[in-house]
Amino acid sequence: MSVRSTDPYRRLNPTAIPYLFILPVILFTVFFKFIPIGVSLLLSFTEYDMLSSPRWVGIANYAYLLSDNDLFWTSLKNTAQYSLEVLPANIAISLLLAILVNQELKGVAFFRTVFYLPVVTSIIAVSMIWMWIYNYQVGLLNSILGLFGLGPFDWLRNPKLALHSLAIMRVWKGVGWNMVIYLAGLQGIPRYIYEAATIDGASAWTQFRRLTWPLLRPVTYYIIVMGLISTFQSFGEIYAMTQGGPLDSTTTLGYLVYQQAFQYWEMGKASATAFILFGVIFALSIAQNKFVSAEMN
Amino acid sequence: MPRKILIYTLLVCLAVLMGTPLAWMVLSSVKPNSDLFSYPPVWLPSRITLEHYQHAFRAAPFARYFANSTLISTATVIVNCLFCSLAGYAFAKYEFRGRDLLFYALISTMMIPFHVILIPVFIIAKRFPLTGGNNIFGAGGIGLLDSYPGLMLIHLMNAFGVFLMRQFFFSIPDDLLDSARIDGASEFGIYWKIVMPLAKPALGTLAIFTFTGVWDDFLWPLVIITSEDMRTVQLGLQVFQSQYSIQWGPLMAATFAVTLPLILVFVMGQRHFVEGIATSGMKN
Repeated sequence: MSVRSTDPYRRLNPTAIPYLFILPVILFTVFFKFIPIGVSLLLSFTEYDMLSSPRWVGIANYAYLLSDNDLFWTSLKNTAQYSLEVLPANIAISLLLAILVNQELKGVAFFRTVFYLPVVTSIIAVSMIWMWIYNYQVGLLNSILGLFGLGPFDWLRNPKLALHSLAIMRVWKGVGWNMVIYLAGLQGIPRYIYEAATIDGASAWTQFRRLTWPLLRPVTYYIIVMGLISTFQSFGEIYAMTQGGPLDSTTTLGYLVYQQAFQYWEMGKASATAFILFGVIFALSIAQNKFVSAEMN
Repeated sequence: MPRKILIYTLLVCLAVLMGTPLAWMVLSSVKPNSDLFSYPPVWLPSRITLEHYQHAFRAAPFARYFANSTLISTATVIVNCLFCSLAGYAFAKYEFRGRDLLFYALISTMMIPFHVILIPVFIIAKRFPLTGGNNIFGAGGIGLLDSYPGLMLIHLMNAFGVFLMRQFFFSIPDDLLDSARIDGASEFGIYWKIVMPLAKPALGTLAIFTFTGVWDDFLWPLVIITSEDMRTVQLGLQVFQSQYSIQWGPLMAATFAVTLPLILVFVMGQRHFVEGIATSGMKN
């Protein structure tokens, strides 16, 4: 996109200047991103409690986690389930919202703001609000369901329900963000494509299925990858609402890393867990990329 | 016309569903306790009371938490606007060896889950030389733990911010920069006096993103803050939780107080914000 200039004055620039301009950001990235990744990888092969120096244990941490650690496998399963519940619902609803607020209608800006406000609200604030709504005795949700003779349900303390309750909340919080990204995608689709389809007599649903959805595929890919990265790291809502319980039913990998590192001070095991988390996200992103490019051809 | 009605009906239903939790928070924060715990639920308060707000601000030094969060968020915004724009400008408007490689290496860091670097960054903060009682080798004290610089440390620069600024700087014509060069302006002078004033909309977006990111951050403050005085607003909300029974009225009051600044920032900067996400969402 950048216009390549052949202007002689540009060539006269001391070549060091652009490097100087990017230096602070590059230094920061090296010291706070790249070196930490390397250190984390090294730590994952050690036993380290931050008091004595790290002791090399080879692949023992990985072997421990992957072979006989129930909590690790439960966390992995919970994390995967959480993402699988949150992402499809999020994509469906955010796309619907984007299509609705993309209409040229009066008052659409107001609706866009309403849908977006949960994104602005911090995950901890959101957790507090939903703990109140999910409260067993006096919560809004049970009160409303009670009017229809349903419930009460113990949304956050029933091991069968807790993860789903968190997922519903997370969808509510996240759809506004993806709505805006889909909106940008929708606005990038030239209008004449739809006009041509309308002349050909295609129904609104056919237009969506044959035009909108395929044309938005790169956006959907972006949303899935970013969604995986963020749901796989979910921590705040779990810390604030369930502390991983009841019966580890909401312990995710992100929460497990925190527990291992800052409650048990097992930095080696925590690093190994974090690296497995990283590996899973990476593999899923690549797989998703392959899948999308295969489908586009 | 029926299509319009259908769309409005859908919009209103969805707005009610999406808006209820936040509305419930606001309503709960101004209801007397008798309304708060009545069954069936009372939507509108029988009288409006501010007692929960008074209670919340008495239960914890919330003024201090607000000051902490405001200070670190604002300082981080300034650092980000300076260095992300400088780098974004270089990536957009200069040609130099390794430019694309460096840029993609930088962008790829957005894929790194924070959990992966959490422990090493914690160690860096703890062993930061000559701070918090540490000697030059980073031993002996607590380093940057439990401090403002520590809270800001991981947010100081941001690959996404560089990306955002670079996208914006592509739109600035080269001729403008070249004519300034002919007039004898220095390279830094061009950036500071010509490019930066033009970049206000993009800087506004970056500022909102950064402010929100720092204000809402939870895991990092949770890990490095130990003393009560250094808590951020997000940590402060936990105060109501550690007690045996949660006091819902004050908790909702505090939650609203913590959220309100961001809602205001968003509503005021809404246009920039949405455009910013649009630019970055589309990637190149």
